[in-house]
Amino acid sequence: MAYSQKVIDHYENPRNVGVLDAKDESVGTGLVGAPACGDVMKLQIKVNDQGVIEDAKFKTFGCGSAIASSSLATEWIKGKTLEEANTIKNTEIAQHLSLPPVKLHCSMLAEDAIRAAIQDYKQKHRAA
Amino acid sequence: MVTRPIYLDYQSTTPCDPRVLEIMLPYFTEEFGNPHSRSHAYGWQAEEAVETARAQVAKIIHADPREVIFTSGATESNNLALKGVAQFYKAQKDHIVTCVTEHKCVLDSCRHLEQAGFKITYLPVQPNGIIDLNRLKDALTDRTVLVSIMAVNNEIGVIQPLAEIGKICREKGIFFHTDAAQAVGKIPLDVEMMNIDLLSISGHKLYGPKGIGALYVRRKPRVRLTALITGGGQERGMRSGTLSTPLCVGIGAACAMAQAEMGEEHARLCALRDRFYNTILSELEEVYLNGDFEQRIPGNLNISFAHVEGEGLMMGVKELAVSSGSACTSASLEPSYVLRALGVEEEMAHTSLRIGFGRFTTEAEVDMAAEKIIREVHRLREMSPLWEMSRAGINLKSIQWAAH
Repeated sequence: MAYSQKVIDHYENPRNVGVLDAKDESVGTGLVGAPACGDVMKLQIKVNDQGVIEDAKFKTFGCGSAIASSSLATEWIKGKTLEEANTIKNTEIAQHLSLPPVKLHCSMLAEDAIRAAIQDYKQKHRAA
Repeated sequence: MVTRPIYLDYQSTTPCDPRVLEIMLPYFTEEFGNPHSRSHAYGWQAEEAVETARAQVAKIIHADPREVIFTSGATESNNLALKGVAQFYKAQKDHIVTCVTEHKCVLDSCRHLEQAGFKITYLPVQPNGIIDLNRLKDALTDRTVLVSIMAVNNEIGVIQPLAEIGKICREKGIFFHTDAAQAVGKIPLDVEMMNIDLLSISGHKLYGPKGIGALYVRRKPRVRLTALITGGGQERGMRSGTLSTPLCVGIGAACAMAQAEMGEEHARLCALRDRFYNTILSELEEVYLNGDFEQRIPGNLNISFAHVEGEGLMMGVKELAVSSGSACTSASLEPSYVLRALGVEEEMAHTSLRIGFGRFTTEAEVDMAAEKIIREVHRLREMSPLWEMSRAGINLKSIQWAAH
């Protein structure tokens, strides 16, 4: 299977690989997927007082398309408000990366990861 | 110029040896006769070449040339062995024993036979990939007509105990078929000593051409089968159709070469394999070999690199032509059924690479492959949330993963 240039670029030069302190109040962490299915994504966001995502990091276990989807997701959500980030659709990720049908689940997982990170952040602040 | 990746996928196919091709070439042009033509020299010469090839194929498995028929490949040979024997003896017996790690063409032939009313027992394998002989014995009944167990597994390279299986079958008067596509030319095979009644061979797995295979069918005690392809009655009525003289010549020459060079080649591949594997083990932690190390052909390694997904890894080592047991390489989303049959957990099956060494693999290629794989595994582990969690001492099994 041939990968698109964009997938290859994100795979070879992934943006925002890394870790944010999950215990930090301003950080939301999403962990989605399952090792048994061959994809796990961890996506973290750091949100400032204005509700804007000022930093995002990811780590992904998965194929090139999964790595590219999560790399792209972190790139897109940086600088967005939580509300804006919440509207990112898996179809947009898939389209941007020209994912073939068998790889669409990678983009869905990336969307799930964004939602899960936002959810985690909101959970922390509801409790506080 | 685009440089091609280093070929390390010798269980998938092998290049036709240039020496083999050289011997084949005249049979496409000057020696074009139909080997079944009896009325002139064109036919006689082609027939002579085909019979020489048949003798070469027979010799590598210690058979009589009259017991070898040519087919289009091991898939056809396996289909013919299973369906042919089952059909012929169906009035008396209707049970076949095979194994869960067989090649798809054996398993799929069995599925078709099941639909036609035959009973099939699929033996499990032990964690090392080898069948348990006691379970085999227990599975045999007076309705069992055939046992079909592969010689060498295509994914994990393990060698089944053929002589022991043959002995058990012979004592019970049950035919023993083995799919030896990955074994011929790699390990010594002797149909007499091993009591093998049917044996499938592939041309392109032993540096011969694609599109040709053979099936050994024992004469004493005689094994009979119902032909799948009927017509002019060639190949003793078991496989009609005009033989391709150049392809027959090719598989024959390939067998002769493989037999002559087997000892030397085995030692060379063992050294290459050990060199590669020891480098990997010295540089990477949490690397697991799938399948038995001792009972294995030296040209195969199947390795799980924990916490690194196989397809992702292959993309990173694009300078290497290898394959993965991860689901993502195929249309299905399930990881390798062979690895699952060994009891390898799904998450580990997703992290496997199959690395195949062969006749044209060099030490420099093996060193470069090890270096690329080590570098890429390190890179991807730094990117892997599972590696991070496992380093932090988190038991990955304690997490509630959402299956998707």
